[in-house]
Amino acid sequence: MEEQRHFVCVTCPVGCNIEAKVRGTELLTLVGNRCARGVDFVKEELTAPRRMLTTTVRVRGAALPLVPVRSEAPVPKGRLLEIAAHLRDVVLDAPVAEHQVVCADVLGTGVDIIASRALERVD
Amino acid sequence: MRNLRCDVLVIGSGPAGLAAAYQARECGARDVLVIERNAELGGILPQCIHNGFGVRVFQSDLTGPEYVARWARMAAEAGVRTLTRTMVLAIESSPDGARRRVIATSGADGMLAIEPTALVLAMGCRERPRGALAIPGLRPAGVYTAGTAQRLVNIEGYMPGERHVILGSGDIGMIMARRLTLEGARVEAMCEILPYVSGLRRNLVQCVMDYDIPLHLSTTVIDVAGRERVESVTIAQVDAAWRPIAGTERVLPCDTLLLSVGLIPENELSRAAGVMIDPVTGGPVVDQAGATSVPGVYAAGNVVHVYDLVDDVTASALRAGRSAAGCACCTLLAESCELPVTAGENVHHVVPQRVRLPLVPEEGATLELRVRQPVEKAVRVRLSADGDVLLNKRLRYVRPSEMIGLALQPEWNERLTSAGGLQVDVEEA
Repeated sequence: MEEQRHFVCVTCPVGCNIEAKVRGTELLTLVGNRCARGVDFVKEELTAPRRMLTTTVRVRGAALPLVPVRSEAPVPKGRLLEIAAHLRDVVLDAPVAEHQVVCADVLGTGVDIIASRALERVD
Repeated sequence: MRNLRCDVLVIGSGPAGLAAAYQARECGARDVLVIERNAELGGILPQCIHNGFGVRVFQSDLTGPEYVARWARMAAEAGVRTLTRTMVLAIESSPDGARRRVIATSGADGMLAIEPTALVLAMGCRERPRGALAIPGLRPAGVYTAGTAQRLVNIEGYMPGERHVILGSGDIGMIMARRLTLEGARVEAMCEILPYVSGLRRNLVQCVMDYDIPLHLSTTVIDVAGRERVESVTIAQVDAAWRPIAGTERVLPCDTLLLSVGLIPENELSRAAGVMIDPVTGGPVVDQAGATSVPGVYAAGNVVHVYDLVDDVTASALRAGRSAAGCACCTLLAESCELPVTAGENVHHVVPQRVRLPLVPEEGATLELRVRQPVEKAVRVRLSADGDVLLNKRLRYVRPSEMIGLALQPEWNERLTSAGGLQVDVEEA
């Protein structure tokens, strides 16, 4: 059965409002996307939605107690809370380099968690 | 007191300050100095650990720390000098009004007096505090602005509470709703007094709806209970005049109330320096290059008006940095060749408030505006000069939360020279 569905693309801050005609998990037509990534976004929302994850992990030996981290690519939306909970138990030792891998292939998703900033060692 | 001189002095090292300083160097200013009161550069961005920064500027989707690290590197490579842990106390003017002297203080250097040729104000904005809202109730611990909670969670490593209610639906509030949920806390509700969300739709989707956070529109907090610590808040629906509707009250048990109720440009220094402030935006009256009413003083970013996207902050700062570098030969607001810009039908405000003529291609001038009321159908954004329509831009919808940009075209120069002013109107198509 065909139905009309509304999406807000979260790929970038522009946040295009997309009106899509879909049949089940199949995308038929869409309007409102300002770039091709909007098409991919809607296709993925219909089948296996993914999101970027940004959180923090603890650090020992730096001027700050935490380092911000992010997934290097979007992870399955349904696993965000599980991955974030897993990262609450990770503790790094300073120094931390920007984009250093904090947790490779997090929970078998195939996606690495990387540091969003550098933190120097402070003794 | 130590005395320093420089070509361009920038107050604040957030995205606006760093981009203005970088661009001033790129445009030929020899000696460019940035003053930052914090221990590290970046303004608010080190605590904005979410992504969404740099999509236009770098064609990459970066987090706040990554975005600011790039600009800090670019500024350093361009030869910008920085002074951290240094606080500007005052901006003084010479008796003839032509020159500025900035008084600052730091633990390492004591008092500093800096005489710049040009000054860029890039102090950003502050959150509207609880005192600015009339929330009745006691004054227990557990009431924070969303940005304070963001700092506690993302930088200091403390959770503000276990069960949170968020008042206001600004972007920081929505981003904190997601952040607190990811850290294992509960967000009982987000209440917005307006009938629509005040932040970006993208954040409504990926921060609120993705995490099933209850959102109550046309609803506000009417009481805060708890003697030592927040124990509950009472929410109620409001009518069109924001009056609570009797019989709609609900008590929500919680230990923390976060406020995400708006940002205010931080202009104590600008006011004391005699910079003319627009009462609608709360920021300096500027021209398209960020020049304020005081000769040699420029402003960029959230100190002028609050932006939705860092990329637009950066763009405004690149314009201001360019003109600050050229300050010695530039024309300023006092000159006669400028047009006032009026906010017309359904337009809350327009920045710049004045357009200096002629428009030059390298300047990349843009009018930035917000509507008063959302219109969820096609509209026309009309720019006119004394009734002569310059531009009629069709948009599928307009919302107060989404700033609209209109590029000013240098080919209009001839039509503008005899005009008395510009006006922007937003009307249903």
